[in-house]
Amino acid sequence: MIGEGGRGERRLALWLCAPATIVMIAVTGWPILYSFLLSLRRADLRFPEDQEWIGLANYATVLGNAYWWTAFGVTLLITVVSVVIELVLGMLVAVAMYRTVVGRGLVRTVVLIPYGIVTVAAAYGWKYAWTPGTGWLANLLPEGTAPLTQQGPSIAIIILAEVWKTTPFMALLLMTGLALVPEELLRAASMDGANRWQRFTKIVLPLMKPAILVALLFRTLDAFRIFDNIYVLTNGAQNTSSVSIIAYHNLIGGLNLGIGSTMSVLILISVAIIAFVFIRVFGAAAPGSEPR
Amino acid sequence: MAEIVLDGVSKRFPDGTTAVHDINLTIADREFVILVGPSGCGKSTTLNMIAGLEEITSGELRIDGERVNERAPRDRDIAMVFQSYALYPHMTVRENMAFPLTLAKMPKPEIAAKVHHTADLLDLTPLLDRKPANLSGGQRQRVAMGRAIVRDPKAFLMDEPLSNLDAKLRVQMRTSISRLQKRLGTTTVYVTHDQTEAMTLGDRIVIMQSGVVQQVGTPQDLYDHPANQFVAGFIGSPSMNFLPAEVHPDGLHTIIGTIPCGSRPRLLPREVIVGIRPELFQDTRIRHGASFTGTVDIVESMGAEKLAYFTFESGATFTGEVVARLDPKSPVREGELATIWYDPAALHIFDPTSGANLT
Amino acid sequence: MKLRWGFIDVLVVLYALIPVLWIVSLSFKDPSTITDGSLLPTKWTLNNYTGIFRNDDFIRGLINSIGIGLIATFVAMVFGTMAAYAIARLTFPGKRLLIGFSLLIAMFPQISLVTPLFQIERTLGLFNTWPGLILPYITFALPLTIYTLSAFFKEIPTELERAATMDGATPFQAFWKVIVPLAVPGMVTTAILAFIFCWNDFLFAISLTSSSAARTAPATISFFTGSSQFEDPTGSIAAAAVVITIPIVIFVLFFQRRIVAGLTSGAVKG
Repeated sequence: MIGEGGRGERRLALWLCAPATIVMIAVTGWPILYSFLLSLRRADLRFPEDQEWIGLANYATVLGNAYWWTAFGVTLLITVVSVVIELVLGMLVAVAMYRTVVGRGLVRTVVLIPYGIVTVAAAYGWKYAWTPGTGWLANLLPEGTAPLTQQGPSIAIIILAEVWKTTPFMALLLMTGLALVPEELLRAASMDGANRWQRFTKIVLPLMKPAILVALLFRTLDAFRIFDNIYVLTNGAQNTSSVSIIAYHNLIGGLNLGIGSTMSVLILISVAIIAFVFIRVFGAAAPGSEPR
Repeated sequence: MAEIVLDGVSKRFPDGTTAVHDINLTIADREFVILVGPSGCGKSTTLNMIAGLEEITSGELRIDGERVNERAPRDRDIAMVFQSYALYPHMTVRENMAFPLTLAKMPKPEIAAKVHHTADLLDLTPLLDRKPANLSGGQRQRVAMGRAIVRDPKAFLMDEPLSNLDAKLRVQMRTSISRLQKRLGTTTVYVTHDQTEAMTLGDRIVIMQSGVVQQVGTPQDLYDHPANQFVAGFIGSPSMNFLPAEVHPDGLHTIIGTIPCGSRPRLLPREVIVGIRPELFQDTRIRHGASFTGTVDIVESMGAEKLAYFTFESGATFTGEVVARLDPKSPVREGELATIWYDPAALHIFDPTSGANLT
Repeated sequence: MKLRWGFIDVLVVLYALIPVLWIVSLSFKDPSTITDGSLLPTKWTLNNYTGIFRNDDFIRGLINSIGIGLIATFVAMVFGTMAAYAIARLTFPGKRLLIGFSLLIAMFPQISLVTPLFQIERTLGLFNTWPGLILPYITFALPLTIYTLSAFFKEIPTELERAATMDGATPFQAFWKVIVPLAVPGMVTTAILAFIFCWNDFLFAISLTSSSAARTAPATISFFTGSSQFEDPTGSIAAAAVVITIPIVIFVLFFQRRIVAGLTSGAVKG
């Protein structure tokens, strides 16, 4: 029986979904809960004897710490700036790919290369490019500047690496949105006297809004958890840590499970707030939700 | 070959809606029965229940006297032709047609023979090694038919098999389906929303609306004696004219004037709906019975006939439109007055609330 | 107008290729010229490549990457196909919940899992083992496979399964003989995307491993130092970066059209 919601169908569905659901719950559900419990404890692996329930003290420690707020600010800055640049650049690339007739296949293929490259590999490329002496980009700068040793330029390079890698993905999502705009509507708009720019802003953009919002939601959440690029480029030096980097250092470097877990929970809450804002305030359709 | 009996069959969905309500229908062996009605009337659900693609909520479905409610589609020995043809895109025409036989584990030489025989029957032989993507709409339709025929099943179920074809091809395929069914003599249940298809193809027609069977009968029967206003309006093209009427001792008062109707008024309620088929109207050849005069709004010349549209206004609130199907030589012209004659004995009278035919 | 788009196209191609060109060029530079800062090598050498392939840790990292990636992809594909088929074709309570839940995981900050997983895996003895990485990879690849595959399944008309059922197929035969052959392109695409995800991961790879027993290639590279074997790791790191990138780039170029379809189907069409 297909599409009837009968009992046999429900049982079949249950069996089909069970393995995926169980794995996902086992690997995320329990650790999240565990993480929450750990965040309420003093749990430093360097002092295994000294463990106890300390309520929200870890949260007070983290939220009262200047490094955390710097990392939070840096993460937000990187997220906002890179997503905005990606949106503009991605839109340009998307339109170019969509409108190109000659060499369309080449452009669409080449643009996938940054997506395919392992983030860490690309990050090393950027690192060496900006390393004085080694790098062709660093050599374009005035003698004696080492951009990766200063906070501002470092963040700019992190954003550059992030934008370079993820703009193609943005462009692809936006191009699919472009393809959903019926050509006939654009012709109708030209007949109604709209010029090229008006057609883009009055017809294309409004119709693409759902695609744009989904792309933004995806990219914002993805940018917020930025880790690989920063790890390779600066490893958080000169106050360039993102929240992911600082949490990682607390765990692997500091072996402080309580603080690390607290940060994990805080990051999770931030991500939830971002998603909530997108879905509720901007009305982004949650991807995968079925139109009713 | 088989007799199919629907005994009080109903379909209710889990959300509580009733798609089909209490169908009682006996489809005789070798009969060609059409299920027709507007979209959402339950005709496809009925077909799917016969197929076994949807569960029967209550009632009994019998094929050759055996209850088959609980049987899976593959155990009912029924073939189906789908609206989209549902040809397997990754298989050639030959493989498509062989698929049901392969599943039935028939020996290979026998499969080949059957496929060839069926392909011959449907002029598909030159196409056997093509994939569905390389076929025209009409060819795809024939392959879908072939896949049903090749199994030599107890019955064919067809779900709007012609609705994806263009108008000309549809008429052509209509006659070939009719001929094929007569030749094979296989019990066939055919679903359509097109009344012309229903009238031309079926031995009997089942008209459905909102999940309820309105009337079952031969095409002529439905045309001559519609059980209610819905059937009357559904069968025939252009549709029957319906005019609200007040019943008075001197006849029925309508916007086209008073229609005399002898002694009947005493038996009728105060208000009725009068139904007159457009083809009942005449303006040149016959000039007797009753008549009305009105301004012609639009004339559509169809070649073999002329359709004249009249608009009547009565008081400030009521307007009504009447269509007359006239002789092509009729002198009616748009914007001019015309007098139209009709036989008051041939009209239908319906109850305005229940829709039942009171004639 | 055509010319202007052509100009933008050239820019796009340069944008995508120059950074790649740079790292490839770096990997071919002789140690004596590695700090000359020129975009193209002035003195070519293959030593960086021969060097990393003589490095056991890197070889081990490649093996780990391939093995862990393939196993995780395979399991995610099997489970994902099952769930995606149910989502695309069946109605059942909890369907929207499942979709929502996998969406949640797709957007989940991985770092939030690293701390608890680190501790849990140490307790269970999974730390620094293949399964210890395979499990989180399956988990994060699952939303991707479920979305992409259910989008592909939804594109296959339901009438085909109904036709197969009427032709006498069991539900499994209908799935195996009709749906799967038609879904193969979609499944290949999805598998590639899932594999790219596993291959690309860095955070889990450096957090949940402590030696070359399970450390994947990207993590191994980050541990290259200028010690005895490698005076200056720049050339080796560049060569290793090229090596781990090449298979993915080849995949991507080869399946370009399908990957575009796969990347966008889950996100836009839902």
